[in-house]
Parts: sequence; C-alpha cells; structure tokens
Amino acid sequence: MEMSYTITPIDGLFVLALSLLVGFEVIKNIPAVLHTPLMSGSNAISGIILFGGVTQLLSTPIDQIWTIAAASLAVVLGTINLAGGFFVTHRMLSMFVVKRKPTAK
Amino acid sequence: MLMFAYLAATVGLVQGLKYMGEPAKAKLGNQVAAASVLVALAALIYATGRAGTANLLLLLVLLALGTLIGNMWSNRVAMTAMPQLVSIFNGLGGACAVVLGLNQVFGQATPMDGKLAGTVLLLTNLFGAVAFTGSMVAYMKLDGRKLPRPSQGQKLAARVLLVVMVAALVYYMAWPADAGAFTWLILAISVLALLYGVYFALPIGGADMPVVISLLNALSGVATLFAGLVFHDPVMIIGGILVGATGVILTLQMCVAMNRSLSGVLAGTFKGGKAAQAEGEQELRSITAVETASLLAFSKQVAVVPGYGMAVAQAQRECFALQEMLRQQGVDLHFIIHPVAGRMPGHMNVLLAEANIPYASVKEMSEVNNTMEHYDTVLVIGANDVVNPAAENDPDSPIYGMPIIRAYKAKQVIVLKRSSAKGYSGAVNTLFDRQNCKVLFGDAKASLEEVINELKRI
Repeated sequence: MEMSYTITPIDGLFVLALSLLVGFEVIKNIPAVLHTPLMSGSNAISGIILFGGVTQLLSTPIDQIWTIAAASLAVVLGTINLAGGFFVTHRMLSMFVVKRKPTAK
Repeated sequence: MLMFAYLAATVGLVQGLKYMGEPAKAKLGNQVAAASVLVALAALIYATGRAGTANLLLLLVLLALGTLIGNMWSNRVAMTAMPQLVSIFNGLGGACAVVLGLNQVFGQATPMDGKLAGTVLLLTNLFGAVAFTGSMVAYMKLDGRKLPRPSQGQKLAARVLLVVMVAALVYYMAWPADAGAFTWLILAISVLALLYGVYFALPIGGADMPVVISLLNALSGVATLFAGLVFHDPVMIIGGILVGATGVILTLQMCVAMNRSLSGVLAGTFKGGKAAQAEGEQELRSITAVETASLLAFSKQVAVVPGYGMAVAQAQRECFALQEMLRQQGVDLHFIIHPVAGRMPGHMNVLLAEANIPYASVKEMSEVNNTMEHYDTVLVIGANDVVNPAAENDPDSPIYGMPIIRAYKAKQVIVLKRSSAKGYSGAVNTLFDRQNCKVLFGDAKASLEEVINELKRI
C-alpha cells in the first residue's frame, strides 16, 4: 500500500486533458451576475496549492528548520487563499439570497 | 483510502463549480467545493501523517492561522473593495507556489528526478510568480494607489523578460544541466517572473483590470496544476485545471462584454486612443436636485444605471430608498446593469443585493436595451463610458464598438456626476451633447439624499 496514490506523468497528462474538457464544459454560459462570485470561488479552489506545502511539511524532519519554515509559510499563504476565498464567496452569495425574498421594509 | 477520498473530492469540486454557475445553487456550490477540499485535505494529512507529532501539530496551527486570517479579511472588507480582496487572495496563492518551488529545490523536501520534473517545477515558479506580482499590481491599481504611469518602456521590458524566460526554459530542456545550475536557474526564473508580473500588469488600463484579475486567476490555476504534477497530487492537478479553465472562459466572456480583444487588453491600448483627447471642454446642462425630484415624480418608468461612482460614493442604500419612495408614488424604478459596470462583472449586482434591492427590478443590459424609449427618466449614477453613445456612432472614439446601455433613447437622462471629468477610458462622452441630457453635480450619495428629501415634500 506504500504511496499507492502517486501518479505517473502519463497519468497526469490524462487527468490534464480530461479535466480541461470537463472544466470548459461545466462553466460555459455563466450569467454575468455570477462572474464575480465564480471568479472568487475558483480563486479559492486554486488555494489547494497548499497541499504541496502540507506534503513538504509532513515529509520533512522537524529539525530541518529552514525547510520547515518555508513549507510553513507556503501553508499559511495557501490557506489564506483557500479559506479567505471561500468565505468571501460565501459572503457575496449570501447577499444574492437576501434579494430573492420580497423586501417588506 | 486516500484515492477514494480524492475521487469524492474531485467529483465534489466539479459539481461545486457547476452549481456556482447557476444562480439558485451558487451558494450551495461554494459550500460543496469548500467541503470537497476539506475532505481531500483530511485524507492527505491522514495518508502522510506518519511523519511526527510535532509536524502534525505545527500543520494544524498553521492551517488554523491561515483560516483565521482569511476569515478576518473577508469579513472586514467592504463590498466595494471586493475585487481588491480577490486580487490579494490570488496573489497569495501565487506566492505560495513560488515558496513551494524554491523549497522543493533548496530544502530538498523530496528528491528531484529528471528533466521533465525540473521543467514542471520551473513552470510552477514562473506562473506562481507572475500571478503573485501581477495580482499585487492589479490590487494597487484597483485601490487607486500611486503607480508609475503606463509607458512603452514597461511593455518593452515585459516582452524582453518573457523572451528571456522562454529562452531559459528551452535551454534547460535542450541541454544537460547539472543540479548546481538548476538551483541558479530556478532562482533566475523566479526573479524574472516576479518582475514580469509587475511589467505585465503596469501598462494595462484600470478599466481593464477585471479582465487582468480573471487572467491572473487562470495563471494561478495553472501554477497549481504544475505544482500538482510536482507533488504527484491528482486533486491539485484537477483543481488547477478547473481554475485555469474557468479563468480563461471568464476572461474571454468579459472581453466579449467590453468588445475588446484579449490581445488588445494585454497590449494596454484602446483602439484609436489618440483621437479622443483633442476636443475642448464640453458644455454641460446642469439640473438641480429639486428639478430632478419633480421630474421623477411625474415619470411612470424610471431607470437607474449604476457605475463604479455609485460604489465609491456608497450610494446603493440611497438607491434603495429612492426606489421605495417612488414605489409609494406609483413610479416603477428599474436598475440596468452593464456587463462590465464597476470593476468586475457582477460587481453592481452584489452591491445592489447588499442594499436589499429586489432581484426583479434589476435588469441586464440586453433585457431592456431595445425598449429604452419606454423610460421617462434615466438616472446615470457614477457611470460614464457604459452610456456613451460615441461607442455606437463615432469610429474615432476609443470605446467605439463597446456595447452600451442606450440611455440616450430615454425621454430624459440625468447624470449624477462629481465633476466634469471624463470616464475611465478618457473618451469624450457625447451623451452630454444630447438635448435630453442634464447633469446633477455633486457627490452621488448627497445628491440622492437631497432628491429623496425633496420627493418626501411633494
């Protein structure tokens, strides 16, 4: 079972080609209203680059101070991108929900 | 086990993005995407977590810290400053890629193998660095910070940097380089790409920033994709591509909305940009708040065309108050949104939604543009280029060809303006030359308040 999840470059290319198609298919014809939230949401998803930092951090002995420090920095940067992006998208979209109710003020 | 979690997360990400494109499910989509990432992250930690308790504790603390900072920033930011925040977040993701790439080489966190892996790592740093500095420049532009003015020199510098970087990549792939040379190469590429990001974004006009942010978002997605190849992580690869693809599509859709070609945006030029500035002062017919109020009161159909000026003046609540006021007097008020009003597509919709303005009264430009003559009065609040008829009839205008809201067809147009300055593009607005157009000078918020008070008296 050792590291059974690693993928070869060829696997990577397959994944690449297929997700590219899926990506284009999924996000065609978005109404302009949703452009900003979608941009913000997909921006959040690009924060999963922090997984790289997680891998580095967990596979480095803790006494290699500089490597650990750099990996830590990467994790924090990536997490801000990821979490902040999702929070801010949530906030934006929450406002859209408000407006669907009839305003009675 | 990890693979199953990853599979679930991948399906979740795709589904989440799909939902995010549907108005009714967008919020759910965001949550699904966030949950998918969490599942994948937990699985990854579980699978690699044999390292040591200290590493694990440190990781959890860092994750909590990042989440806290992200949460704080996103809660504090004003809705008007949303594009800036998205830009910063995007930049941080890019910075993360650069740090990861350098650490991979200098820290030897995991051994490097082969030329392909090396190339992928170089590309990670390249795209990450460009996304980082480019986003920071975009942020500063949107935030109105002082930056060097766009110049030919910057464009030239950007081109030279790009050529040098591509040459370095080709050199690396074509000729054998030892490990020592690789460390220098990745440093050089990172520094060059950081500089490139700056020179890439600097010459591009502020009005085109939405396009740039969207493009930089795509770039950080590509950086994530390459990082995923470096770390052999399928979720990173898939997520990166999804972001890249979304970014590219959004970028193109925005270009279509502004009738600009992507290359035109990147070259930082408006078509025929010189012709516009030559003309002298325009004569503006002004109108008072009292007159505006009575005009509105005697209208049946009123429309508001909001622009970035409304966002800056924070006048969206006054817009809502005006709508309520008029509704009580039997006057119907619509909001007409240009696809690129504000600094981001959909920016105005978010602001109006924040002010509780009902969805049904917010119209897209294409919905009403052929029936504009039904409106008795159109209030243009802080918008300029998007209602400029020159875009339709003056081939010399820098914005010629951009679809506009045909406010000039309404019986009466009142433009709320702070000064007689031009719009973002610098184009002369020929709307002011029309007989049916008057200007209400002053801060949009203050002017609206005056009009509302006046309406109360009528």
